[in-house]
Amino acid sequence: MIVTRPKAFEVILKELEDAKSVFLVGCGDCATVCQTGGEDQVKEMTEKLTAEGKTVTGNVIMETGCHELDLKKEFRAHKDELEKADAVMVMSCGAGTQSARSGTDKPVFPANDTMFLGNVMRVGQFEEKCRLCGECILDMTGAVCPVTRCHKGILNGPCGGTNEGKCEVDPDKDCAWTLIYQQLEKEGKLSKMKEYQPPKNWNPELKPGRIVLEREKGGE
Amino acid sequence: MSVETVWKELNIKHAHPSIEEVLASGKFLVSGEIGPPKGPDVEEVIEHIDLLKDKVHAMNITDNQSSVMRYPSLATALMILERGGEPNLQITCRDRNRMSLENELLFAYTRGVRSVLCLTGDSVPVGDHKDAKSVFDLESVQLLNMIRGMEEGMDLGGNEMNAPVKFFKGAIVTPEAHPIEPQLIKFEKKVEAGAQWIQTQAIYDMDNFAEFMKTARQYPVKLQAGLVLLTSAGMAKYMNANVPGVTVPQDLIDEMAASEKGKAIDTGIKIMARHIKRIREENLADGVHIMAIGKEGVVPRILEEAELDINAL
Ligand code: SF4
Ligand code: SF4
Repeated sequence: MIVTRPKAFEVILKELEDAKSVFLVGCGDCATVCQTGGEDQVKEMTEKLTAEGKTVTGNVIMETGCHELDLKKEFRAHKDELEKADAVMVMSCGAGTQSARSGTDKPVFPANDTMFLGNVMRVGQFEEKCRLCGECILDMTGAVCPVTRCHKGILNGPCGGTNEGKCEVDPDKDCAWTLIYQQLEKEGKLSKMKEYQPPKNWNPELKPGRIVLEREKGGE
Repeated sequence: MSVETVWKELNIKHAHPSIEEVLASGKFLVSGEIGPPKGPDVEEVIEHIDLLKDKVHAMNITDNQSSVMRYPSLATALMILERGGEPNLQITCRDRNRMSLENELLFAYTRGVRSVLCLTGDSVPVGDHKDAKSVFDLESVQLLNMIRGMEEGMDLGGNEMNAPVKFFKGAIVTPEAHPIEPQLIKFEKKVEAGAQWIQTQAIYDMDNFAEFMKTARQYPVKLQAGLVLLTSAGMAKYMNANVPGVTVPQDLIDEMAASEKGKAIDTGIKIMARHIKRIREENLADGVHIMAIGKEGVVPRILEEAELDINAL
């Protein structure tokens, strides 16, 4: 789940300062769960922008905002509403906003800040557990990620600041290395923690990432 | 060209034996600490260096301590050498990626730095540049291991350098960490990655420390006890509440609180002197690392009260 947070409305108005009319794009996936780009939020945004004197020419709530092929199809279906708009405001993550970028030549603006890849802990509560490093080492750490869940991303054991199992940097968060220790102890695999973890390869895939599945290559 | 020749060409002199030499001779290692200033005025640092250079075997130089941007640690280390002291360069992974760490070490080596203390570093948001990008490309164990590679003439990219470096490599451990078991695993990994001596995080509970040392003595490294000067009962309480891994026992807080008005620092000096004496008498550690945090001026008094004169060891 890509976790997003709405930008302040003043910021959105500033983004739209040159636009009298706006087409809104929501996302039925992550942004709906995060309550930043679902049906309710798109409706609310329509009301607020209208109250500011803007015309909302229409909207589409994408099934998945980051699916560019789908988005292009949807944009073709909403051609007239799009045509009438001076700008497109996207209420999804940064990836969804850039799908919209490739679907129109109009100015496109983000309504949200994109925070992290998050696990859904319960309704409205998200926690970052993987930062997509490209070389997963969860096999060595009892399936608790130190790259992400240790504040400093330490790979070879805890810093000295672990405080009764909480992180020295933020007492609201668990110390990843205490969790890893406890899990590996349960598994009788503390030897894994004793093993030296070499420096990570931070470039397993050149930025920006691009992967084409072997069997799809023929059709490219 | 050998590094000794480089030092000669650059007129770099070592007025004191290195930390490695002091420990090898079996002497009780005494080090102090210099905190570089916030800005380019180094007057006070020079005063502190001159005050300490012949009273301690070596001086640690902190590296943007607590993630507060300061005058560089390496520049301060060179200043210590120029004024006839022995530097122990602290180097953290917070602000430099692996290439930058390597550069820094090559520079330090050719300019006469012989000891480095390898740290991961504090978290960026606890400091005064909260928006800065934290690096942490490596951490302390990997940094130690990287230096070991450089000592074999290889950089971390797997490329051969035109000559190897050599450092006496230090690391830290926190005897008061909770829980302690994961901390001990890390300690072991630091030793395996090449740490040759250890300085501890501040300790106050000598019984707990003695217990910790029973485990620590199993490893083939020398260890200095880290001591931080208490300046008031309030400071002790503050550390208990805010500095993870540091615990000041209640009886010491009471002792500080019972000080005569304006004399709390005297009590702090007395406590530290007492701890140093006990560490020496009971042979609890191979030395002490004295952190007076801003009160470097009283270090000679601490040593006097502890009856510790490095020139008489
Ligand atoms: S190691 Fe951590 S950040 Fe990397 S892929 Fe695995 S879970 Fe994600
Ligand atoms: S307390 Fe634990 S999670 Fe926090 S920085 Fe230290 S090792 Fe990492």
